Amino acid sequence: MSKILIRGAKVLGGEAQDVLIDGETIAATARQGEIDLSGLNLSAEDVTVIEAEGQVLLPGLVDLHTHLREPGREDSETVLTGTRAAASGGYTAVFAMANTFPVADTAGVVEQVWRLGKESGYCDVQPIGAVTVGLEGKKLSELGAMHESAARVTVFSDDGKCVDDAVIMRRALEYVKAFGGVVAQHAQEPRLTEGAQMNEGVVSAELGLGGWPAVAEESIIARDVLLAEHVGSRVHICHLSTAGSVEIVRWAKSRGIDVTAEVTPHHLLLTDELVRSYDPVYKVNPPLRTERDVMALREALADGTIDIVATDHAPHPHEDKDCEWAAAAMGMVGLETALSVVQQTMVETGLLDWAGVAERMSHAPARIGSLAGHGRPVSAGEPANLTLVETSYRGVVDPAHFASRSRNTPYEGRELPGRVTHTFLRGRATVVDGKLA
Amino acid sequence: MKRHLISAADLTRDDAVLILDTAEEMARVADRPIKKLPTLRGLTICNLFFEDSTRTRISFEAAEKRLSADVINFAAKGSSVSKGESLKDTAQTLEAMGVDAVVIRHHASGAPYRLATSGWIDAPVINAGDGTHEHPTQALLDAFTMRRRLVGRDAGLGKDLNGRRITLVGDVLHSRVARSNVQLLHTLGAEVTLVAPPTLVPVGVENWPCEISYGLDEVLPKSDAVMMLRVQRERMNAAFFPTEREYSRRYGLDAARMAKMPEHAIVMHPGPMVRGMEITAEVADSDRCTVVEQVANGVSIRMAVLYLLLGGSEPAVTTPAAARTEENK
Ligand SMILES: [Zn+2]
Repeated sequence: MSKILIRGAKVLGGEAQDVLIDGETIAATARQGEIDLSGLNLSAEDVTVIEAEGQVLLPGLVDLHTHLREPGREDSETVLTGTRAAASGGYTAVFAMANTFPVADTAGVVEQVWRLGKESGYCDVQPIGAVTVGLEGKKLSELGAMHESAARVTVFSDDGKCVDDAVIMRRALEYVKAFGGVVAQHAQEPRLTEGAQMNEGVVSAELGLGGWPAVAEESIIARDVLLAEHVGSRVHICHLSTAGSVEIVRWAKSRGIDVTAEVTPHHLLLTDELVRSYDPVYKVNPPLRTERDVMALREALADGTIDIVATDHAPHPHEDKDCEWAAAAMGMVGLETALSVVQQTMVETGLLDWAGVAERMSHAPARIGSLAGHGRPVSAGEPANLTLVETSYRGVVDPAHFASRSRNTPYEGRELPGRVTHTFLRGRATVVDGKLA
Repeated sequence: MKRHLISAADLTRDDAVLILDTAEEMARVADRPIKKLPTLRGLTICNLFFEDSTRTRISFEAAEKRLSADVINFAAKGSSVSKGESLKDTAQTLEAMGVDAVVIRHHASGAPYRLATSGWIDAPVINAGDGTHEHPTQALLDAFTMRRRLVGRDAGLGKDLNGRRITLVGDVLHSRVARSNVQLLHTLGAEVTLVAPPTLVPVGVENWPCEISYGLDEVLPKSDAVMMLRVQRERMNAAFFPTEREYSRRYGLDAARMAKMPEHAIVMHPGPMVRGMEITAEVADSDRCTVVEQVANGVSIRMAVLYLLLGGSEPAVTTPAAARTEENK
């Protein structure tokens, strides 16, 4: 097995260190210049050296919320193209959402996705199982069978749709306790969002687009944390988008309820003012909210009320966005820009250091998803899942260079900081000098 | 003026007054034995209607024909919103045919804006009503009607609606007419009050340049014009208000209410009217009600808009009509 020496990287943004990878694991870490190759019986030829002075070394990122679209919408993305995009963005593991065609609501489909992930080689793919059959919200899927399958599913979600029936949600929360699972809720009260096109507020009033009230998200979160408390289970809330949602999660945590929450990079940066362009690239679910919401989400991510950043990477082919707003598909790609957006909104604003980013984009998502081997400390004996970031880089986003099959990014032409130069999946480089290996 | 007319907010006070003044000149054409100007001869205008609206389409068509334009009517009825390719495809077809202007009506808010800014087509775009967003030519014809009645036909030339108090009543939430009127009337100096049940007032309305009232009776005595908005039947099943009868009792305009208005005040309605519920027959048929004038004024306004977007920026009738310049291109 090959050996790789990463020289002089700031581990978690801290001190410059040397990190030696041997095969699939981290063999040693030491202060810069203190790894003695000869002491390890290594000659210079045996070791690939990566000069990483000034760069930040993070544990490989883990995305708890990715839409890979395969099976069924391979024109948008496949497991292979999606994992290539993930590797480009510094990820070593992604959780694949269940809203595929067919829906990932059986052991057969989750195993198929899991196997495709194994074959792709660019990052680990952990399937998420649908909570209800066909995402219809009526009947529980065979959650146990999915957990017992080769895919070992532990996260269940009807994402794209809300499990709005309180009884079904209660049963799902109770049922997954048997094997330590978690239900990830897409909080969207369906009746309050009928015909909704964007955040309900000043801008929707002006544009005449159907309003998507914050309370449609908040009321479901409030209900679900109370259900989780009542049945003594664990609930995860997808993509928080409002200041009110933050308040409810904060209250629930203070009460000891076992709830975790995520925020997307775009909800940390973009506001509904952008919808004035009627450009469907900004059409997303949940919708972009106001400046006040954005600031509340940033603060909540900083203080730990929101546990993780998840991309909600939602690829769509060009023709599904190149149309009028009402007809356009909802969603944006995010894997390849997530870290840059987090750097801009959280690190460069002083809200979070790089150790904090590692916690929210690697350690915590792996923990919530019970994913062994990822989100581990950067230390000897751990699996060599690593990401090297050139944080001083400044560049304009050009989707033509994306590895994702789809290009529906809101950041085209925008300058974002930071660039992933290397990604290692169990010691194998998937990205080298910013290019897919 | 801008190249397109998408929103009433696109118009400055001077733009709007110019359109109203030009419409007065256009109105004189209607009094002539031959109701036609050669202004837009040789130009092709497409009326692109993704949503039924016979009234608006005919009004635009009449305006285009009086200006001697060639007219293509394209009705894309029932075209799916599930995949929006129809708008883009149609736009590119029209572009290939060398259409000089597109008048678009669409069920989706923002579709005309998208058409004008997406690069699918190069021709000027006129919004003939989009979703629940705007209907700027309707607002212009309403303002024209108000100026004629409240200021005077000739006395109004060059003037705006400064200080006039205008009340809009009904389904503001779903009304593109309300959105455009609030913008335009504010630009023209009027004081606008919206009256509706709270369920039919959009969240976020606080940023609009107008007052909001939930009660009609207290507003009527200080209104120079009361514009009734159309209430669509399907709203009644969506819990926006309890019953038709209750709506009518609280927000309908009958003779007793009309009597509370100042003597000079007018009653307006964009049509078609739901008689009995929004407005009683007595009010609708009174000479204070301007519904029929609004229809006639619609043609003059649309002539003015087309002329100014396509023909030039000088007053219309006094200019040699053939003097279309390179500005068209
Ligand atoms: Zn979702």
